[in-house]
Amino acid sequence: MSTQIPKQTEESSETDAETEPASKGDERRAEKRRRAAERREQRQAEEAEKAAADESTVELKVFRYDPQVEGKQEPRFDTFHVPFTKGMTVLDALMYARDTYDSSLTFRHSCRQAVCGSDAMFVNGGQKLACKTQISDLEEPVRVEPLPHAEVTKDLVVDMEHFYDQMEAVEPYFQTNEYPDGELEEQRQDRENREKIKMSTRCIWCGACMSSCNIAAGDNEYLGPAAINKAYRFAMDEREGEDIKQKRLEIIEQEHGVWRCQTQFSCTEVCPKDIPLTDHIQELKREAVKNNLKFW
Amino acid sequence: MSQSYNRGLIEDFGRWREFEAGMWAWIFHKFTGWVLIGYLFTHIAVLSTGIPAAGASEAAIAAGNDVYTQTIVSLEGLLLVRILEVGLLAVAVFHMLNGTRLLLVDLGIGLDAQDKSFYASLILTGAITVASVPTFIAGAF
Repeated sequence: MSTQIPKQTEESSETDAETEPASKGDERRAEKRRRAAERREQRQAEEAEKAAADESTVELKVFRYDPQVEGKQEPRFDTFHVPFTKGMTVLDALMYARDTYDSSLTFRHSCRQAVCGSDAMFVNGGQKLACKTQISDLEEPVRVEPLPHAEVTKDLVVDMEHFYDQMEAVEPYFQTNEYPDGELEEQRQDRENREKIKMSTRCIWCGACMSSCNIAAGDNEYLGPAAINKAYRFAMDEREGEDIKQKRLEIIEQEHGVWRCQTQFSCTEVCPKDIPLTDHIQELKREAVKNNLKFW
Repeated sequence: MSQSYNRGLIEDFGRWREFEAGMWAWIFHKFTGWVLIGYLFTHIAVLSTGIPAAGASEAAIAAGNDVYTQTIVSLEGLLLVRILEVGLLAVAVFHMLNGTRLLLVDLGIGLDAQDKSFYASLILTGAITVASVPTFIAGAF
């Protein structure tokens, strides 16, 4: 969100300038801008025509929707023909389409190497990380849509607020009451324990799993695979100590916690970081049972 | 952010072509579960019409003239019932096999092979169903 602030101030200063009485220079500049826009449109149309005729292009069908633009309030699919280059990912193709044909095409991306987790999309009917999905692995035309089960804000951008709320609900940070004696002493974790939580630490908060989960779609209160995986990452960390683990188990064994999972394996299938989510959820279920079953 | 577009839940089952093994297993398990519950109540309703047979004389029962035997014989005489029985067996067998698979999943055994175990339970269900056909259909024609 912080990256958007300077842009907004920029825009507001621009509109300020436009409301000032127009001088001759301003008129000329406006005329120039209009001509440039016309030329750009014409060039884009020519490019698109050329690309459509070319055989070595990829056909992209991209979901478009924008509540603030009159012509886009009704969701539709736009077709883009993008010249294929070896190693091209879905994100590369989208960026080409945006830069060459339609600068209003909106999608989130940042690192382009499957680390930031901002470009999870619904590609050919599956939740994929666009920067990690090779065009050559996909059938044409490549259908790109925003993540299902989330509200679309614009084009391929969905509202992630609910997902972040669920993630925060499991307190996704290290907590402990057992501190080492010396002030400068480290809180060491043994190798086996690190190995156990290794996969669960890989989550990049992309939201693909949450989007693929049928149960999460029907039950808004369900924590969802990503949040439970986060809880697993800390509950299984031995450095946190028994009382914190107890607290974590109380969060995940609530009605809308681990018990909502019906082992569909959808989340495990779509996870771009190959985290065995169902595995972790099932293990937490067993932990929760063991925690509550007492025979004495 | 003031407006957003909600595509609803409809897309879910419209996309069945893209479902993975685990999703199919989930759908089939739900479906077969409901079919079995439906069958259970039909079963109770139909068989309870045969309750008067408990008061029938020994001779009538031996001759097969009591209500219970009559009901069963007339039902089994219908080809449709014979075919439905094959279907019932298929549904029950799949539910049992997939149930076993889910039990293993709950115990955390073989989660990597969950898709293979689903295919295995499908194939086994098919084999058992085909093998049962002669028994169920015998004498129906």
